[in-house]
Amino acid sequence: MKSHVWRPLVVVLVVIALVLVARKFLVPADFGVGARGYMYGWHRAGNEQQWKDVKVKYKTAAFCKDCHPDKYDEMKESPHRNINCENCHGPALNHPDDPRSLTIDRSRELCARCHTRLPYPNSGRGVMKGIDPTTHNVGLDCVTCHWPHDPRKEGHKR
Amino acid sequence: MISRRSFCKKSLLIAGGLAIPLSCLELFDPKRLLAEKDDTGARWVFLVDTRKCVGCGFCVKGCKVENEVPYDANVTRTWVERYIVTKDGKTHIDSPKGARDGFPNKGIDIGHGRLEEIKDDDIEKAFFVPKLCNQCDNPPCVQVCPVGATYQTADGVVLVDRSWCIGCGYCIMGCPYGVRFFHPVFHVAEKCNFCYHRITKGMQTACVDSCAFGARRVGNLRDPEDPVTRVIMTERVNVLKEEYGTKPQVFYLGLSKEVK
Ligand code: SF4
Ligand code: SF4
Repeated sequence: MKSHVWRPLVVVLVVIALVLVARKFLVPADFGVGARGYMYGWHRAGNEQQWKDVKVKYKTAAFCKDCHPDKYDEMKESPHRNINCENCHGPALNHPDDPRSLTIDRSRELCARCHTRLPYPNSGRGVMKGIDPTTHNVGLDCVTCHWPHDPRKEGHKR
Repeated sequence: MISRRSFCKKSLLIAGGLAIPLSCLELFDPKRLLAEKDDTGARWVFLVDTRKCVGCGFCVKGCKVENEVPYDANVTRTWVERYIVTKDGKTHIDSPKGARDGFPNKGIDIGHGRLEEIKDDDIEKAFFVPKLCNQCDNPPCVQVCPVGATYQTADGVVLVDRSWCIGCGYCIMGCPYGVRFFHPVFHVAEKCNFCYHRITKGMQTACVDSCAFGARRVGNLRDPEDPVTRVIMTERVNVLKEEYGTKPQVFYLGLSKEVK
């Protein structure tokens, strides 16, 4: 091993060995190739489960129905039937355990998302009932006159 | 005559030298390359009907809350664009705050808080186009990720491993659809993942549930009975930027040539 030709080779081999050892410790055990091969599936398998475990926040109207069947039924009969409760009431999150976690939005702006009239003939928006929010009862919440669960009924009179 | 000492030395060296390339090979075991090619599960796809979208932006709001994208930061996993084509042939496009609050007025947002008014009579056609990650079949964002933090699952969804992403931003540059951004809280690459936590539990994505107009739908392309698959197979659907060869899996009904 005295030869000056061999010495750099040994250094290189040692470096490679060190890198491989370090890699063994740094790379998680489940890092490898998934079903889509090296090009697309080179990953940490445990991460798939981590994404699946993310908490669901919006629970859908089917969840609200169990405790509020009257509200649910009223909605289902109304022109607003396709709107999920949580669009206005906020995500169910920990409700009913923590009723305060609901963030109910009664603002004019919420209704205006759909009911500001925009004259767009080629989209669903063109056929929606709309108003001009700059002239239609400015300053009042829509729910004063219109009942959101069934817009054909009267709203909360103050 | 070879001495015992030099024989031992040389054979150890050769054995050691061979062991290193062998341990390298172990990392690239071709058998693992063929790892269970799972064609039995789902292949999640998305269907957007631009004719039904009214630009209310409830989908954007729902997505932001469900997926913990800071509400006031100007980034979002999905957004809705408004297209107004006027009779003079010009196309006006805007998406104020990604349409988080919908499109509350007629004026087109031209930046710096200014609105461009367009007269009703000048409108040739106008419509809304929701956009989101295409969960491409050939995702360039995955190819360019140097550490394997962005990857594709067997059911076709492209995910980002937050603890493995080094924030190099290659995927953000690599995605031709501009759907990726840096998450302002986690400081890693972020994108739509079809609400992986919901669809894998048999639920719909948050944006699909928020949409009262049926403009958004999620489906399983490997199930021929799936209503979304039926539409994709039998109707005139379109994808965005097909020429890039990314094989996008978000299909559009009623797409217009102005949409890029
Ligand atoms: S749309 Fe962009 S982020 Fe989504 S899979 Fe395709 S390349 Fe990746
Ligand atoms: S919720 Fe539906 S209709 Fe409203 S903007 Fe989103 S996709 Fe369009």
